[in-house]
Formats: sequence, structure tokens, C-alpha cells
Amino acid sequence: MVKYIGQRLIYIIIALFIIITATFFLMRLAPGNPFASERTVPPAIQESLNEKYGLDDPWYVQYGEYLVNTVQGDFGTSMKYRYRETNDMIAEGFPISMTLGLEAMFIAVGMGVLIGTIAALFHNKWPDYLMSLIAVIGISVPSFVMASILQYYLALKAGWFPIAGWEGFIYSILPAVALASTPMAFIAKLTRSSMLEETNSEYVKMAKAKGISKWVVVFKHALRNALLPVVTYLAPLTAGIITGSFVIEEIFAIPGMGKYFVTSITNRDYTVIMGTTVFYSIILLLAVLLVDILYSFIDPRIKLRGGKSGGK
Amino acid sequence: MKSFKALLLFLTLTLVLAACNFGGDDSGNGGGEEGSSSSEGSDGKTINLSIASDPPSFHPALATDTTSGAIMASVFEGLTRLDPEGNPEPAMAENIDVSEDKKTYTYTLRDAQWSNGDPVTADDFEYAWKWALDPENASDYAYQLYYIEGAEAYNSGEGSADDVAVTAVDEKTLEVQLVNPTPYFDELTAFYTYYPVNSKMAEENPDWHTDPNGENYIGNGPFNLESFTSSDEIVLQKNDDYWDSENVALQTVNIDMVESESTALKMYEGGDLDYLGSPFNSIDLNALDKFKDNGTLNVSDQAGTYMYVFNTQDEIMQNKNIREALTIAIDREGLINNVTKGEQEPATGLVPLTMEGFEEPEEYFEPGNMDDAKAALDAGLEELGMEDPSELSIALSYNTSEAHAAIAQFVQQGWKENLGIDVTLDNSEWQVYLEALDAGEHQVGRYGWLADFNDPVNFLEIFKTEEGNNNTGWTDEEYISLLDQASQETDEAARTELLQEAEGVFMEDFPIAPIYFYTNLSVHEDKVKNMTPDPLGNVQLKYVDIEE
Amino acid sequence: MANKDIPKLNDSDFEVVGTRSDETEILAKKSISFWGEVSRRFLRNKLALVGFVTLFLIILGAIFAPMISEFSYRQQNGDYNVSPNGTYWFGTDDLGRDIFTRVWIGARISIFIGFAAAIIDLIIGVAWGAIAGLKGGRTDEIMMRIADILTAIPYLLVVIILLVVMQPGLFPMIIALSLTGWVNMARITRSEILKLKNQEYVLAARTLGAKNLHLIRKHLLPNALGAILVTMTLTIPNAIFTEAFLSYLGLGVPAPLASWGTMANDGYPALANAPWRLFFPALFISLTIFAFNSIGDGLRDALDPKLRK
Repeated sequence: MVKYIGQRLIYIIIALFIIITATFFLMRLAPGNPFASERTVPPAIQESLNEKYGLDDPWYVQYGEYLVNTVQGDFGTSMKYRYRETNDMIAEGFPISMTLGLEAMFIAVGMGVLIGTIAALFHNKWPDYLMSLIAVIGISVPSFVMASILQYYLALKAGWFPIAGWEGFIYSILPAVALASTPMAFIAKLTRSSMLEETNSEYVKMAKAKGISKWVVVFKHALRNALLPVVTYLAPLTAGIITGSFVIEEIFAIPGMGKYFVTSITNRDYTVIMGTTVFYSIILLLAVLLVDILYSFIDPRIKLRGGKSGGK
Repeated sequence: MKSFKALLLFLTLTLVLAACNFGGDDSGNGGGEEGSSSSEGSDGKTINLSIASDPPSFHPALATDTTSGAIMASVFEGLTRLDPEGNPEPAMAENIDVSEDKKTYTYTLRDAQWSNGDPVTADDFEYAWKWALDPENASDYAYQLYYIEGAEAYNSGEGSADDVAVTAVDEKTLEVQLVNPTPYFDELTAFYTYYPVNSKMAEENPDWHTDPNGENYIGNGPFNLESFTSSDEIVLQKNDDYWDSENVALQTVNIDMVESESTALKMYEGGDLDYLGSPFNSIDLNALDKFKDNGTLNVSDQAGTYMYVFNTQDEIMQNKNIREALTIAIDREGLINNVTKGEQEPATGLVPLTMEGFEEPEEYFEPGNMDDAKAALDAGLEELGMEDPSELSIALSYNTSEAHAAIAQFVQQGWKENLGIDVTLDNSEWQVYLEALDAGEHQVGRYGWLADFNDPVNFLEIFKTEEGNNNTGWTDEEYISLLDQASQETDEAARTELLQEAEGVFMEDFPIAPIYFYTNLSVHEDKVKNMTPDPLGNVQLKYVDIEE
Repeated sequence: MANKDIPKLNDSDFEVVGTRSDETEILAKKSISFWGEVSRRFLRNKLALVGFVTLFLIILGAIFAPMISEFSYRQQNGDYNVSPNGTYWFGTDDLGRDIFTRVWIGARISIFIGFAAAIIDLIIGVAWGAIAGLKGGRTDEIMMRIADILTAIPYLLVVIILLVVMQPGLFPMIIALSLTGWVNMARITRSEILKLKNQEYVLAARTLGAKNLHLIRKHLLPNALGAILVTMTLTIPNAIFTEAFLSYLGLGVPAPLASWGTMANDGYPALANAPWRLFFPALFISLTIFAFNSIGDGLRDALDPKLRK
């Protein structure tokens, strides 16, 4: 296991290097610059701006600098918000996004697995159809629409929740529900589908034949195996959701870090693009690693193999 | 089985963790809230506002946007300040003396203090202006100071700071030499690039502006910046040491960062905000009808023009008659009543109605007169050697935004129905669009200009040279000479006449299709008084009052 | 349990190999009845039928409704933001266009995008995940890290580059969808394959000399199908809204052409004053997802080898 993780970390570093390189060239190829505005800045001023922020260096110098910065974990000052350090933006925004993200994950996984299990147990009976309906709505209504609806009806019209802001638990409920709705529906569908496979498998039939109660079988055996695709989906989901969602944070005016992924690009705020991309990549790559390790705990038949032996 | 329990445990842990995080956030935030509410209890009038994002800059010389500008105007004060109608009045300057040739300004400063107790001196102005012009400091808006003799040379690295003609004669006297007579210079000195900076403090702490919460963040305006929480909130408190503090009514200004217009609207309707509108945020288009119906919408003219620029270097668009036909055939009334909805003024010229000498719209063409449009179109087609308008291929470009998209689709359909021209819409991301405009890759492109100062020159100068913001490729000798004459003219009336003539020369060629002049739209709670934007879209919080 | 018996059986297996030709015949015969049974079972599933009919009707509507409607999708009728009535069945939008006509025009693009995304998912995603899962080791490692890299590179940035190098339209949109749309599917398929490939019957088939391709087709994919179909029901609405995002940025279909995604995008800010502008496109997206979902569930049940009687 240790050997496997070690090898995996090497791949992660290579992947990170490729991500940084690709992102660097993409962002420098994209038209525009951090100082562009509807009013053209006189060329002399543009030059001094470029000089001050190192944008007049040859590309390999700038590229080298980004690599060094990444290794040192210091991404420098934002080029748009010139009083802000990229690291501070992440350090201040991430805990908030993570809090909201974990709450949403909790709802999505908890409700999703529950709904999916119930649907599978009552396969092709009314609870199954009802759950399917909920799942279809959850999947086809995107989070920004869900957020607008919740905000308009439950916060503004009914007054049960604050409209926007981030000043306590109550402020997080609507955004978390909006964020959770699609993943929850998807998890429910995935759980239902794998539960159906499991409940029809030999060992479950065997257990039933032995007279073990249906519920015990479900929770002791079937659910565990059925969770495998759910766990797979959770890795990228977690990485995405705890680093914040642009639309949800925008709609509920939450000071998380999700917006930086979008605004840094529209502003061509190079330092922040790099900082957020690297940060997200690390979380994503580690989450995927964690899930691969989890596989072998959930289903001991899955073996993790490192090295050259391949599949044979 | 263990792993399943572990998963449950993990999930439980995350919830606990999440709860902890609220606790932390709560106490941090609660502190600020309590602070403001306690002062509210004592004597304070509080107003709740929102802005779309963090201000991109807290340094007056580095600010380039209305959000930063709105904060700067509250925390700092220049030689002059605009009154609620937008006219400059002496502020830090007690007396302004202008020489006969209108090129030398001598300011006598009043006794005013920085928020740390230092006196505001002429040195603070000289220091701040030269700092902005120093190429090292890379201020995007340094060109706003180019009216001063020697400023452009220094900023471009060709001159020295000593040659910039701003001099602190003594502690309270500031002398400024201008390149040309500049009738709107009093207005410029109210603009944030012209604000002073506490030179003693700034020389010791060059990074003072990077920490708005720090003790070195010192202003001289009607409010002090009490706290700034990124993406969350800015709190301003009345500055009791401000020279005119007895005329400042508000005690506390809470400014939330709310990016979404529709969220800001809901917060306003839910009572969380007291005001919606320029320069802090804008009213969601979907709510305009409602605010019109209940009579709360305030509309006033703004110094800005929404236009389509023609690329006169383009094969088709080089044809003046085609440009004229397209310009005339836009149904501006229909557009304004049904799409933009902000009671904007249909534009038939370049210079907005807020400017002296341009209050009455000059009709260089009769908008919506389809006979004129068709006559021009036929003439144009003939010159291009075409038989039918369907042979024209025209693309209308705009940058991604729901408002621009709606206007473009309205105009597109109008051109199709009235002229029979099939126009394709080309929508692109903001910076992609800017580059395409700069490179002249467009045929017809959306453009908007909001004035920095309320003078026609601000608009006419855009099209004076081929470089810079002129995206039409249009230049004209007579136009240049008229503007040059105007810049030397010291007689106001004669100058206005020259500028009117210049606009006439410009519009004769139809390098742009003016569409509408912007309006300031705002709504506020009944208790809020004196809060409507001036023609430049500014609100001076100094004058705002609350009457319960 | 059965594991323990396998070594004993191994010896006798070697003797049976000679009669393989007989066996394949039997297998082939079986598989004909298998598909027959599948379609029979699918048709018996009422919900799946309803889904099938819904999708069919939507496609019919997309083809014919705009032809018979008295309005065109781009015509601005001067009645702005009108609620649904006898003339405008679904109301009008902010430019006074008939939403009924626009919904059906939008169906053409959105359904096309939905199918395209599903095909991309199947061709790239399933294959990618299946190969990675089955090969394992270094191949798996490299393939899955490529998937991670594609997820991690800022998508918006990629779209902006595409915007510069390509003319807007359906083709660049398909490219943009193909870049990352399939990654989720690849991950799920891989996890299913990882789970299945070490199960007894697969091991048994392997020892019997089954080739990889045969394994994938006959044993792994049918069993992984449930998860694959579920993932597709998520891919389709995702693609419909990605299209809206791309169109908004200028990469997709140019205005005034409509799609459900762009209509919902334009409509949701008007929730308070013109809710029908969001409701109708959202309803049709939901109906389509419902249809795909029911068909998927029906197929899953019909194909589930363990449910066979």
C-alpha cells in the first residue's frame, strides 16, 4: 500500500506539472490582459504596467517563475486587486466554501443514499416512482435555477430564511440545498441502480434464503457494495464542491473562493488563475487518490497494484 | 463493515467541522455587526448599500472604476467636490484663483486634517499627483493628470518629476500650470486621481493602501473606513474631524458585496438594502416596470452614450450611405420603451444632453424615418454594385451580456424587417471582444462611453486620433482642427460653438450609430433623502440623510 | 464458497476444450433469445414505454411544430412579457417573441446536444474507463491522470481559446463538450469494471480463456450497464446547460436562435415578473430527462442478467 501511494504521488506531481504548463500557455494565449478596459490605456502606461508585473519578460522567464512560485506555494499579488495576495484570497475564501460544500455533501450523500436505497427496495412500486420523479427534477433543474427559486419563494416571499449573506448557520441552508440538489439526485439514481444489482446477486439471495432479514442484508452487505460508484463520483464532486460554486456564491452573496475561478479568468488575473488552478488540482488529485484507496476497503476484491506488473 | 462505519463517521465529522466553522465565522462577523448596531443606537443614522465586488483599489491614484471611486469619494476629498447636482464646489481648497490666460490655478487650502490629526498641506497634493504620474507606480489613470504641464512627459518616462508644473508654494498654497485652458479643470480636481495622500505617512509606509484595515489607512474625507472584509462588507463611519462634519448626516454606512443584481434587488425588497442604483450597483432590468408603476423609480440624465461603431475600413462599412441607412433605421423609441426600459433619451448625436451647449438634441438625422433609410440604402447598394439588400453580409458584434444581447437582437430584427438586411450576431467574451475591436475585426460593434467629466471634449476627443478608443477607423482634418481651436479658446461661448460644429462634422459621416443617452436609475427607501446620482453617476454620501 | 471448487474443476475443463465449437453455437442461440427477451421485457415496462413515447413526441414536435406555428422563432410581435394565453400558448419573452415556437426550435438544438453528449459519453467515456479498469497498472494510472488533468485545467480558459480560433456554431460546441464531458463516465465505468473484474464469474471466464474484448462485451458491460445508464441521465442535462453557457460566451448557436438552455438562462432572472419564461424551457428539459431516465431504467431492468428468469 505504501509503495502504491508513493508511486501514485509521483504521478500526481507529473499531472500537476502538466496542468500548470497547459494553464500557463492557455492563459497567455487568451486575448486580453489584466489591465484591459473599455478605455484604452496609453501605450506608455501599458508598458510600465507590464514592466511592473513582469509581463514584458520573455515567456520562458515568466513560465519559470510560475513553476518556482508553485513549488514555494506563493502565487504572488493579484493583478486586478493589487492589494490582495492570491494566497490570502484562497486562505480566506476556502474555509467558507468548504463549510458550505461539506454541508451540501452531507445532504447530497445522506439523502441520496437513503432515497436510492428505498427506491431499490420498492423496485417498480410507488415509492420507486416517487423517488424517480424527485431524482429527475433534481437532475434536470440546475443549481442556479434551484437557488433562484429557493431564494425567491422561501427567503423573500415566505421570509423563512435570510436572502443572502454569510452570518451564521441559517444563511447556509438554502445555498447548501441548492448546491446539493443535483448531486443528491444523481447519487440516489446511482445507489438505486447498484442496489438493484446487489439485491439480485447470489450472495444476497443466499443470505435471504438463510432467513436473514431483508434490512439486515441490505445494510450489512448490499449497500456497502452498492456504494462503490457513489464513492467514485464523490471524488471529483468533493473537489469541486468544497472549492466553491461560482453561481451559488454569486446568488447568495457568499464570500467564498468559488468566484475566483471565474473572475480571475474574465479579468485575466494571471496570478490568481494559477493559484486557484493549482489549489483545485491538488485537492482533486488527492481526492481521486483517496477514493482509489477507499475502493479496496469497500470491496477487498479490488486490489491496488503499483508498478510495471500491469493487469496481469 | 468497518469501512462503512468509517464513512458514516467521516460524514458526521464533516458536519461537526462545518458547524465549528460557522461558529468562528459567526463571532468574527458578529463583532462587526454589533459594532455598527451599537453606534446606531447612540446617535447614528445608518444606511445599507451594496456594491458588486471588492473595490479593485483602495488607493485614489490607482483606482479606475466606479466602485473604487464611490468609496474613495467618501474617504478622501480633493481640492473640489461635486455638489448633489454634479457642479464642483471648493472642498480642500478654500479659494481658487485662475489666471487671465486660464492656465495657472492657485489654490489656497483650508484648515483641514487627515484622520490621524496631521494637517492637509499643499505638499500632500504635490506628492499624490507626482506619485500617480511616476511610471514606477504604474497608475492606469495617470493620463487623467495630463492636463498639467509636464505631466505626460514625466509619465511616459521622457521628463522628470521636477518638471511637472504642480508646486506647493507654501504649506497652504498650491500652484498648478496647465497645458491648455481647461474650463472643466475644477471638475477634474474632484476626480479621484486628483485626491491628496498624506505624504508624511505614505513616504514612511509605501504600502499603506494595501491594508485598508491598517492604522496607516488615512483619509481626509467625510467618512473613515472602519473595516473591510473581502467579498463581504465595507463599513464606513463618520469622520468627526472632517472640516465640514456638521453637514454630514450619516453616522454609519454598511456596504455589502453583492455581485448579482437580482440578489441585490431581493435584498432591497426584503429591506436589507436602502438604495439601489449608480454608482454602487444597478437595478435589475426585470424590476424596472414594477418600480415605475409604484412611482419609486428615480430617473435622471447621465453623461453617457450607447452606440454602435462602424468600422469604416471594412469593405461594406466604408460606404457612408449604408452606415446612414443602418443608423436611421434603428427604432430607438421602441427599443427604449420595451427593451432597455430606463427612459433613456434616443440619441441622434454623440454628445449627451447633460453637457453645456448640447442640452437640446441636434437631429443630424430623423430616427426611424424609413423612407430616408431606404433612400440611403438604395444609394449605398448602387455604390457597392449590389442589387438587393440581401446581398449585404453584415455582422453585429457585442460582448457577452444579457442587456447587450437583447438590444442587438432588437436592432437585428428591425434591420431585417425595415431594410431587408440579414445581420448576423457575433457575441464574444469581454476581453476577446475588446481585442477584436482594437484590431478592427468588427463591422458593427457595440460601444458605450460614460463621461469622466461633464464636458463635450470627453466624447469628441475619442474620435480625434486613430489610436486609443476610436474603433471606427474614421479621422477627419477639419474635425481635428476644430477640436484644436476649441482647446485654445478661452471664451466659453465660442468654445461651445466650435465643439458643436465638430459634432456636426462627425455626424455627417456616420462613423457611429448613436442609440441612446444613458440615464441614472435609482430607487431608495422613503426615509433616505438627497440620494440621487449626479450626471456622472456619482452619489456623494456626504449629503445623504435619513429621516425616519 | 464456489471459489474452493474451482481448482478441482480446472482439470476437467481442459478436457472439454475440444468441444468448443458446440458451445459457441449454444451461446449464439442463447443470445438471440436474450435480445428477444430484452425487448419483450422492455415493452412490458410501462414507465419505459411512457418515456419512449414522450421522447418521440418531443422529437416530432421539434420537427413539425415550428412549421405549423403562426409565428417565427425570431419574430418580435410587440407584445412583451405576455403571460400564456390563447394567442401565445406559452407566453412571450422580453423581446416579444412567442415562447411556444421558441421552445420547439430550442428542442432541435437541445435534443441534438443531448444525443451528441450521450454518444460522446458512450464512445469516449465508457471505452476510456473500461480500458483503464481492465488493463490496470500503468495504463490505468496514465489514462486516469489524463482524465484528472482535463478536469483540472480551467474550462472557461479553454472555451475562450476555442472562441478565438473557431467560428461559433455546433461544431466547436461539440468539440468543447468532447473535451471534458466524458470524464465522469470514464471514472464510473472504471470503478464498475474494477469491481466486476475480480468477481467469481469473470475470473472463471478468464480462466476459461476468454479474451478481453469478449469479457467486456459479454460480462463486464452488461453488468456495469446500470451505472452507465444512470451516468448518462446526468450527462444529458449537463450538456444542455453547458450549451447554454457556451452560447452565452459566444461559442454556441448565435442569437436569436434558441435552445432550452439559453431560454432557461435568460428566463430565470425574470422569475418574479415573468415566471413562464423559465417554466416552459425547464419543463421540457425535465420531460426529456424523465424520458431518458425511464428508458434507461427500463433498459437496465430489461438487460439485467440477474433478473432473467
